[in-house]
Amino acid sequence: MRNTLIVFRREFAAYFSTPLAAVFLVIFLALAAGLAFHLGRFFTRGEADLEPFFVFHPWLFLILIPALGMRLWAEERRSGTIELLMTLPVRTGEVVVGKFLAGWAFAAVALALTLPMWLTVNYLGDPDNGVIAASYIGSWLMAGALLALAAAVSALTKNQVIAFVVGAACGFLLLMSGLDLVLGAFRPWAPPAVVDFVASLSFLTHFGQITKGVLEARSLLYFGSLIALSLFANAIFVELKKAR
Amino acid sequence: MAMIEAIGLGKRFGTLQAVAGVSFAVDRGEVVGFLGPNGAGKSTTMKMIAGFLPPTTGTARVGGHDVRRDPIAVKARLGYLPEGAPAYGDMRVGAFLDFVAALRGLDGKDRSRRIGEVVEQMQLGHVLDQRIETLSKGYKRRVGIAQALVHDPEALILDEPTDGLDPNQKHEVRELIRSMAARKAIIVSTHILEEVEAVCTRAIIIARGRVLADETPAALLARASRRPTVAITVRADAHEQALALLGAIPGVEQVEVAGRVNGVANLRVVPAEGPANGNEILGAVGAALVRDGVALEDLHVERPRLDEVFRQITAG
Repeated sequence: MRNTLIVFRREFAAYFSTPLAAVFLVIFLALAAGLAFHLGRFFTRGEADLEPFFVFHPWLFLILIPALGMRLWAEERRSGTIELLMTLPVRTGEVVVGKFLAGWAFAAVALALTLPMWLTVNYLGDPDNGVIAASYIGSWLMAGALLALAAAVSALTKNQVIAFVVGAACGFLLLMSGLDLVLGAFRPWAPPAVVDFVASLSFLTHFGQITKGVLEARSLLYFGSLIALSLFANAIFVELKKAR
Repeated sequence: MAMIEAIGLGKRFGTLQAVAGVSFAVDRGEVVGFLGPNGAGKSTTMKMIAGFLPPTTGTARVGGHDVRRDPIAVKARLGYLPEGAPAYGDMRVGAFLDFVAALRGLDGKDRSRRIGEVVEQMQLGHVLDQRIETLSKGYKRRVGIAQALVHDPEALILDEPTDGLDPNQKHEVRELIRSMAARKAIIVSTHILEEVEAVCTRAIIIARGRVLADETPAALLARASRRPTVAITVRADAHEQALALLGAIPGVEQVEVAGRVNGVANLRVVPAEGPANGNEILGAVGAALVRDGVALEDLHVERPRLDEVFRQITAG
């Protein structure tokens, strides 16, 4: 716990010690607001809610979150600091969780900076604030799942670009698994139960439920177990890969 | 029980046997020089003792704790400088040392006191607020050593601690190692053989993954196949006369002309086979030259050097 916190503090500070934090936050805010206003017609549709804002989050996160996760382990391996870190008296799990939480906290900062949108809809009309709160939670959970995935991929390579591309591709598959693009590859041969299972893995399905105000235990469990599973894989990858 | 023990340590990477059954022990008060050609398995062995690489066979113990069964206890007792002294380039020196000290379990006053001490020892005071990536190679190395010492470990493993340092800094690091030697068990890997003679109480030579020698630097020197010789420098015009004189001395097997430059000739007198260490014939050689008035510029015994022994052992 203590070690996790120490690692967390270093990693969180590391985001701000390079231009990455500023670049990420500016681009995220500009795109999130820009998409909501233009593509989502935030003002002209005449409804006081944040749906046109949240509906683009899966796509934004698909590109931006792997950028947060890619350096977590690839950079350690490239610069050799992994040898320093893993010969300190810490457990792999403590480091894995500390690094993940740092990235997730950074995602929380990015989301928190969009709170003026929430204030705006309350000024303009009378939105369902419960739905908006649930959507924020859902959005953050989705970011966490993509981040954990990207971090695990990052542990497999020394190259941050590879970590980014593969991390984004894995995220894309999970995002799309409810759509025909992915399901079509399973239907011809897999039994319906398998197809249903693959469909149930979809980020879009779960996130869509949440943004409609249905914050079910099933969706929380889904994102939670995806994060846990990815972090578990992350720890195994670190152990396997440090050998070479 | 020795502070650091390697017990049949072996490591295989795919088809490459990098380390093949390395055993040795290092006690408190010893500074062991770890020598070997590049790729001999030195760093791999150190990485296994430090708990970074899992051994394929055998194990290592630090302070009695087995690195396979209790890696955390081993890591807690060991100070380790990995090869190349890696550090987080985007951190400032002070913050980096604080991070390592915190993960080492140091808190509050203890932490700031220990950081102050290693900063003093490694003379890092004026770069504390500098980012590590902006430091020179020498400073980076010193940050790496400071990091390894911050918890005042009983056992210390330094992989090439003087690499990249200038001669003055090398001297300081050697002095530091010497000053800590009484209280710690220390392993230092190096390519610089004079370093072994300067600080090490024992040298372990490893090549192709095996220990080829494990003894004091003096004992290693005694393994030299070349006998000590007497080196003489005379004025060039006197060298014929000197050659004739020297050849006639009993106990001299051979006289070689090593070179003739700048108006002087360098001769080498090889003593006959036997327990001779060069000193026996030194007197006779000197007396013969002085008696006949040969203009002598220099006269000394040339002992085999450690790097000759190193080559002899590792090339065989």
